[in-house]
Amino acid sequence: MALTGFFLVVFLLVHCYINANVLFSNPEENFNRAAHFMGSNILIRIMEIGLFLGFILHIVQGYQLEIQNRASRKSRYAVSAGNKTSKWYSRSMALLGTLILLFLVLHLVHFWVPSRFGGLTEVQYDGKTYHNLYAQMQDIFAVPWVVVVYLLGCFSLSWHLLHGVQSAAQTLGITSKNYYGTIKTIGIVFSIAVPLIFALMPLFVHFGWQINTGGVSLLF
Amino acid sequence: MQHYSMNLKLKVWRQRNANEQGHFETYDVENVSSEMSFLEMIDVLNEQLISKGGEPIAFDHDCREGICGMCSMVIDGRPHGPWKGTTTCQLHMRAFKDGDMITVEPFRANAFPVIKDLMVSRSAFDRIIQAGGYISVNTGNAVDGNALPIEKDKADDAFAAAACIGCGACVAACKNASAMLFVSAKVSHLALLPQGEPERKQRVVNMIAQMDKEGFGSCTNTYACEAECPKEISVLNIARLNREYLDATLSAD
Repeated sequence: MALTGFFLVVFLLVHCYINANVLFSNPEENFNRAAHFMGSNILIRIMEIGLFLGFILHIVQGYQLEIQNRASRKSRYAVSAGNKTSKWYSRSMALLGTLILLFLVLHLVHFWVPSRFGGLTEVQYDGKTYHNLYAQMQDIFAVPWVVVVYLLGCFSLSWHLLHGVQSAAQTLGITSKNYYGTIKTIGIVFSIAVPLIFALMPLFVHFGWQINTGGVSLLF
Repeated sequence: MQHYSMNLKLKVWRQRNANEQGHFETYDVENVSSEMSFLEMIDVLNEQLISKGGEPIAFDHDCREGICGMCSMVIDGRPHGPWKGTTTCQLHMRAFKDGDMITVEPFRANAFPVIKDLMVSRSAFDRIIQAGGYISVNTGNAVDGNALPIEKDKADDAFAAAACIGCGACVAACKNASAMLFVSAKVSHLALLPQGEPERKQRVVNMIAQMDKEGFGSCTNTYACEAECPKEISVLNIARLNREYLDATLSAD
């Protein structure tokens, strides 16, 4: 869980970085060029297979772990200590993971399926043809309930990461007396910052907001 | 603190033996002194039960001064009750007030089968220790303590880990009934000291193997164990256990 978890954390960073193009001025061209780079680079396409495997392993192992752990106490307590001894999100990783999985399916149908199997409009920059994935974003995020679902997905991700990042470090034995505080802080910052930037994307696209950088891509 | 007496309602798990289904029974206990320990309160209840010809509640206890690790039971959902860093025998009735309803259950885990009422078998812990939680030494004269220098930091960490009394509250508190805090304390205690060095790698591999065999769950780092441990053993020991295990398995010949 920890190894695949960290792998997926790295994916989140890359995904967040590329997509943050939609937050700045001239989002259409900057984002479409970045998406084109990701879609046409052979190394990244190979990594994509690894990414799917990473997701599947993390999900399958996660459910296996949950089932085994539930089975290790057949007779349940009448009174539960609840939040007095542990955080609710640390006990709810399977539930949060399931919400993220549901979101992921919807998300793939929205963006990954049309970009791989057709269904996107095209656009030209400097005589070269690009998929207009940004137009797809505008289409999808025009619907208010979709924006709300995406925000809920980001919330689930945030709680999942809040436990997950430091938990993965603990499982891999990275945590120690000297780095306990640092690792906890990194976990908290990551689990708030990354889902927050993701959450801004549907909002920015829906309301047409952008941060003015004079049209220059800061990120790609 | 002011002394007071209280009347309580106790909802206690009764189970004749490991094979029978258990159930809760409710008892009234009157005139309980705030100065009594929780176990003394149950002693009073048991005397009442015996005088009425009933069966006393079976529970584990030994030293009654918080150092042996024998007392157990889950009080209102908390192993060893509501006080932090306290065993049940050191939990005093001033933690409760007049009219309280207290639910008392045994530690629950597949690896800790109920023997009777509130007594559970913690032999699984003994078997884990037998798998490697010791050092092999030659008999003979005791060596001079100063012959083997140990850094202060390491000595302190080893001592803190060695404070584990093996009561099993970590397993009882864990949503997965995992024994990682116990095993990590025992592995850390020896891994940090030069005396534990010769058997260091084999020890962690064998103890983990035995732990898995006993049917404990896996650790998902909720840290409820640390919150409930009467000796406040740190979960940093679990990270050390993971490190030791990784190192031992990756470098195995």
